[in-house]
Amino acid sequence: MTRAQTRKIEGVIAMTLSTLAAIVGLFWLVFILGDVLVHGVNALNAGLFTNDPAPAGIEGGGLRNAFVGQLLITLCATLIGVPAGVLGGTFLAEYARGRKIAKMISILSDIMVSVPSIVIGTFIYAVVVKPSGHFSGWAGAIALAIIMIPVVLRTTEDMLTLVPWTLREAAFALGAPYYKVIIQIVYRGAAAGILTGILLSIARVAGETAPLLFTSFNNSFFSVNMNEPIASLTVTVFQYAMGPYESWHAQAWAASFVVTMFILVLTIIGRLVIKWRFGK
Amino acid sequence: MPLLYKKNPADIVFSSVTAIASFSVIVLVIGIFYVLVSESSLAIERFGITKFLASTDWDPVRGSFGALTNIYGTVLTTFLSLLIAIPVAIGIAIFVTEVSPDFLKGPISAAIELLAAIPSIIYGMWGLFTLSPIMSNHIEPFLKKITAGIPFVSILFEGTPMGIDILTASVILSIMIIPFTASISRDCFNLTPSIVKESAYAIGATKWEVVKNVVIPYSKLGVFGGIVLSLGRAIGETMAVAFVLGNNHRITTSLLDAAATITVTLANEFAEADNDIYLSSLFYLALVLFVMSFITLAIAKYFLLKAGKKYSR
Repeated sequence: MTRAQTRKIEGVIAMTLSTLAAIVGLFWLVFILGDVLVHGVNALNAGLFTNDPAPAGIEGGGLRNAFVGQLLITLCATLIGVPAGVLGGTFLAEYARGRKIAKMISILSDIMVSVPSIVIGTFIYAVVVKPSGHFSGWAGAIALAIIMIPVVLRTTEDMLTLVPWTLREAAFALGAPYYKVIIQIVYRGAAAGILTGILLSIARVAGETAPLLFTSFNNSFFSVNMNEPIASLTVTVFQYAMGPYESWHAQAWAASFVVTMFILVLTIIGRLVIKWRFGK
Repeated sequence: MPLLYKKNPADIVFSSVTAIASFSVIVLVIGIFYVLVSESSLAIERFGITKFLASTDWDPVRGSFGALTNIYGTVLTTFLSLLIAIPVAIGIAIFVTEVSPDFLKGPISAAIELLAAIPSIIYGMWGLFTLSPIMSNHIEPFLKKITAGIPFVSILFEGTPMGIDILTASVILSIMIIPFTASISRDCFNLTPSIVKESAYAIGATKWEVVKNVVIPYSKLGVFGGIVLSLGRAIGETMAVAFVLGNNHRITTSLLDAAATITVTLANEFAEADNDIYLSSLFYLALVLFVMSFITLAIAKYFLLKAGKKYSR
């Protein structure tokens, strides 16, 4: 074999391997989503959304408490996390633009985005659950909000930075104070991007389990009281999947299906908006 | 930077509100560190630092705790998952940037990134009900058979294949981190100036030689950053491994044994800790995890920033 031939064959082998790698990646995606879909749809029924759980081991019952609890916790987390994140991002991109402190907070947020969520759970346990003496929905919501803040903050900062500086100068020239420029000009220009960031951050926390395990805990009864332990879909999935009953496993699949679809739809919408707004 | 806003009272209010919001990130980082240290002070006093990190004890009954079995589990699963994930992720990045036809590039990248959006609890449940039986019935017996008789390697696959073990957990972790490594590597590969690649093609290099000798050397800093970032993610992953790792506080040499990582121990035992020293030791573990992942992520960020500076030049 000549050297040219060996080089060509080597190239073909390497390119085939990389194609295989892509197929492996797609294979996992299809495998996992397909599995959740098949098991989830089979276990899905209207009673799941309208009934509360049956006593352990007895067939029937639903997860109404967990659906409502999950919505409540996520909603409260959004109400705390989004304003803090958006305002924080505004500071970095506007008032502190180009300063060392902005760079530092930005880097710290990037690190916080990836800090293990279970550590946030232990932190909230120490500062909220322990002093109040009991698990509560609020503790769970605060834990999720803490996870949201750096995510929203970083996307807001990036989106505001994309708004051309000349646009602000035009508004300054009309004599507008900076806060009015930000609220009426800059936010409007970056609205689609900021909203996308918010959607993606909701998708991120809606699937979190670890920080809820010892903050909002679990509750097998229907409750909308955020001062008490409250059920969430993800913690229920954990409990049911690890439990011994077949009916629990089926409900865990159904709940996983709902959570996964919710998150995938949010993520896909977010990506489409980004593509539509900023794509080539 | 115009400092106009100082002149308007409403601006002073608005800028302070935004400043407080963004400083909350600093407060949180320091607050988490401080709270974890103060909550674990009892265990720090009792066990010290080196003794806690080096002890394999985990005995809630006698109140004697050490972190080594948990750290061992975390390091081992993370290492194995990177070993599986890196070649696949780099392969995907090469495919998307160099091999794939243009119309497939977008959809394939998007699909791989969707993997990252699936919540970790879904990975965990899928691992428990679907992957674990496959591992224990097919893959693990097969690995045992082909490694039997090979010295040292066969030690890794001793014991009965149960499917609830280090190997299964590492496979799930590797699937979870593929999208991170793949998308960062792809972005870095894309930043290679085409003029450099074209010069290599002009002197007769094949596509693979361009990737191997031009693209990868040019983007290695960013790719390395991406790998370290995935490492940081894998260290802190909880739910995906909690289902399939068992909760076994022993140091095992076989990959077919159950083990415990820091995160799994926290998830399983935190709500059940019934005395102060137990709870305090768990906080201590959380502190170790926080410090480990913070340092890893900071290193990743350092390399990614350095890479960013290099490419923007």
